[in-house]
Amino acid sequence: MRNVPDSLLRHDKRHAWIAFAALAIMLLALPFATDALLGRGWVRIVDFALLYIMLALGLNIVVGYAGLLDLGYIAFFAVGAYCYALLGSPQFGLHWPFWIVLPLGALLACVFGVLLGAPTLKLRGDYLAIVTLGFGEIIRIFLNNLNAPVNITNGPQGISMIDPVRIGGFSLGSTHELFGLTFPSVHLYYYLFLCVTLLVIFVSLRLEDSRIGRAWMAIREDEVAAEAMGINTRNIKLLAFAMGATFGGAAGGLFAGFQGFISPESFGLTESVMIVCMVVLGGMGNIRGVVLGGVLLVLLPEALRHGAGPAQHALFGKTLIDPESLRMLLFGLALIVVMLVRPAGLWPSTQRRRELSPDEDVVHQEQDTVYDSSK
Amino acid sequence: MTAANNVLLDLSGVGKRFGGLAALSDVSLHIRRGEIYGLIGPNGAGKTTLFNVVTGLYQMDDGQFTFDGIAYDRCKPHVLAQAGIARTFQNIRLFANMSALENVMVGRHLRTRAGIWGALTRNAGARAEERAIVKRARDLLHYVGIASPHQTLAKHLSYGEQRRLEIARALATDPKLLALDEPAAGMNATETESLKALLQTIRASGVTVLLIEHDVKLILGLCDRVAVLDYGRKIAEGVPEEVRRNPAVIAAYLGGEAA
Ligand SMILES: Nc1ncnc2c1ncn2[C@@H]1O[C@H](COP(=O)(O)OP(=O)(O)OP(=O)(O)O)[C@@H](O)[C@H]1O
Ligand SMILES: [Mg+2]
Repeated sequence: MRNVPDSLLRHDKRHAWIAFAALAIMLLALPFATDALLGRGWVRIVDFALLYIMLALGLNIVVGYAGLLDLGYIAFFAVGAYCYALLGSPQFGLHWPFWIVLPLGALLACVFGVLLGAPTLKLRGDYLAIVTLGFGEIIRIFLNNLNAPVNITNGPQGISMIDPVRIGGFSLGSTHELFGLTFPSVHLYYYLFLCVTLLVIFVSLRLEDSRIGRAWMAIREDEVAAEAMGINTRNIKLLAFAMGATFGGAAGGLFAGFQGFISPESFGLTESVMIVCMVVLGGMGNIRGVVLGGVLLVLLPEALRHGAGPAQHALFGKTLIDPESLRMLLFGLALIVVMLVRPAGLWPSTQRRRELSPDEDVVHQEQDTVYDSSK
Repeated sequence: MTAANNVLLDLSGVGKRFGGLAALSDVSLHIRRGEIYGLIGPNGAGKTTLFNVVTGLYQMDDGQFTFDGIAYDRCKPHVLAQAGIARTFQNIRLFANMSALENVMVGRHLRTRAGIWGALTRNAGARAEERAIVKRARDLLHYVGIASPHQTLAKHLSYGEQRRLEIARALATDPKLLALDEPAAGMNATETESLKALLQTIRASGVTVLLIEHDVKLILGLCDRVAVLDYGRKIAEGVPEEVRRNPAVIAAYLGGEAA
C-alpha cells in the first residue's frame, strides 16, 4: 500500500506473515486450549463472544461509520433468530435447511432495518436513539405476545428443540471424529462462528475503504455538508441500516441454531446497550477496537462471575456482594473510566493515531495510489 | 449564442421568510457563464440565505430559479449538486475526522458509481474508479495549494488550508457554478492574495464563480459584476466601480469607507 524502501517492505511483510500465521494457529487451537485449561463451559462462552463480536461489527456500520445511534439493534438479532427458529423446529413442524433459513433470516432482518430506517431518516442524535430504543422494545413485546389468538412465537416460553446447524448431512449439534481428533459440538460451532466473524470483518474492511464507506463517514461528520456535496443521504443512511441489520439477522440465526432454544428474554434492552458499549468502548469505527470491545465485554463479566465468589470467600469468609450485581457495578465503573481516560475508545481508529506520528508523513506524500499493492 | 444561453443561474422574484422576517424578498439576478459574480451586503442582508436557497438547503417561498436552463423547485441539495452547483460554507463545514484527501474524495461521490458490490469484490471497474478518485483528489489538493500531508485530518489543518480544502472538495464535484461564502474570512493579506489568484485560475478553467465577500478590495479586484443585498432586497447591481459609487450602496454598506 505504501511506497517504503524495498528492503523495509520485505522485512515488514515477513513479520506480517509470521504474525498472521501465529494468530491463525492460535485461533484454530483456541477451543481445544480453552477446553483443556478452563473446561467445556468456557468454550461455550467463547462461542458467545464470537456471536457478540458479529453483532458489534454489524452495529459498528450503523453507529461507527454512519454515526446513527441505534439503541434497538438487538431487534434484528431477534428477527434472525426467530426466523430460524420458526422454520427449523417442531413449532410448526418445519425443518428447512440451514442454507435457506439463515440467509432468509438475514434478509428479513434487512427488511426490518429499512423499515426502521425509513421513518427515522430525519431524526438525529438523541431522538434517533429514543425511537430505535422503542423499536427494539416493540419487537420484543411482539415476540412475547404473539402466542394468542394464533400461537406463532410461543410467547414468553420461547421456542425450544430448534434444529442445530446442519451443513449437508453434517450436524454441528453432535460430536464428530475428524482427523483423529474429537470435535464436540461447541468446538464445531466455534469454527463456524469464527468463519462468519472473519467474513464480517472482511466485509467491514472493504466497506470502510470504499465510496460507500466514505459517504457513511461524511454523513457522520456533517450531514448538511455531505448533502451539499451530492450524497443522497436518505439512500446512504438506509443502506447503513440495511447492512447493519443483515449482519444482526445472520448472527441471530446462528444463535438460534447454536442455543437450540430462544425466548424474548434474550433480546432485551440490556443486550442492545451491551452491544453499543462494545462499539463505543472498543473504539467507534475501528474494527480492531470493536472486536476488542466485544471480547472484553463478554469475557470479563464471565471471569468475574467465576472469580468473584471464591475471591470474596477468601477475603471475608462469606459472599458480601452477589457476583451478578458486582458485575453490573464494575461494568458501569469501567465505562466511566474508559470515557474519562480514553474518550475515543480503547483502540481508536488508526487514522487518529496516524495523525499523531508525523514521521510517517513523508511516506504518505509519496504514496501514489491506494491500490499500489494490487498492481 | 443567445443571451439566455449565456445565463447560467437565473433567479427571479425569489423570496424567503423566517417567521415574520423576510430574509430575501423579490430578488432577481442572473449570473452569466464564466464570470465571477460578487454578492455583498451588510451582516444579515440575506447573502447566505440566498446560497442556501440555490443549493437546496432551504426551500424558497416565492419566485423561481433556473440553473443551466432547468427550473429547480423543492429540490434536495444532492440534486442541485448533481446539476452542477457546489458550495463552501461561511462557518467551515469539513468532515473534521476524515483526512484532507478523504474530504476531497467524498466530493467525487456523485460523479462515481461503485456500490456495495464493487466495494466487496473490488473488481477491475471498482479499482480503476477508486484509483481515478484518488488521483483526482490529489491533483485538486495540489491545485488549491494545500501543502500539509494529505493524510492530515481536516480538523488539524490551518484555518486558511481548511478554507482551501473546502474549495477543493467543492471542485471535486465537477461544478459549473462554484459558490463561495466568505472564503477570505479570517485570512491574512498574503493568504487573501493567493486566494485571489486561485479564484482567477478556477474561472479561467471554465467554472463560474459566485462569491460572497466582505473584503471590498477583493471584490473590486476580482469580480466582473456585483450585486448588493440589503435587508433581503437587491439594491444595486453592476460592475464593481459603478456599484461602489452608487449612493444607495454607500448609504447601506460601504458607508464612510467608500466616501
Ligand atoms: N434558519 C434561519 N432561521 C431563522 N432566521 C434565519 C435563518 N437563517 C437566516 N436567518 C436570518 O435571515 C437573515 C439573513 O441571514 P443571512 O445569514 O442570510 O445573512 P448574511 O447576509 O449571510 O449575513 P452575514 O454577512 O452575517 O453572513 C438574518 O436576519 C438571519 O438572522
Ligand atoms: Mg452569511
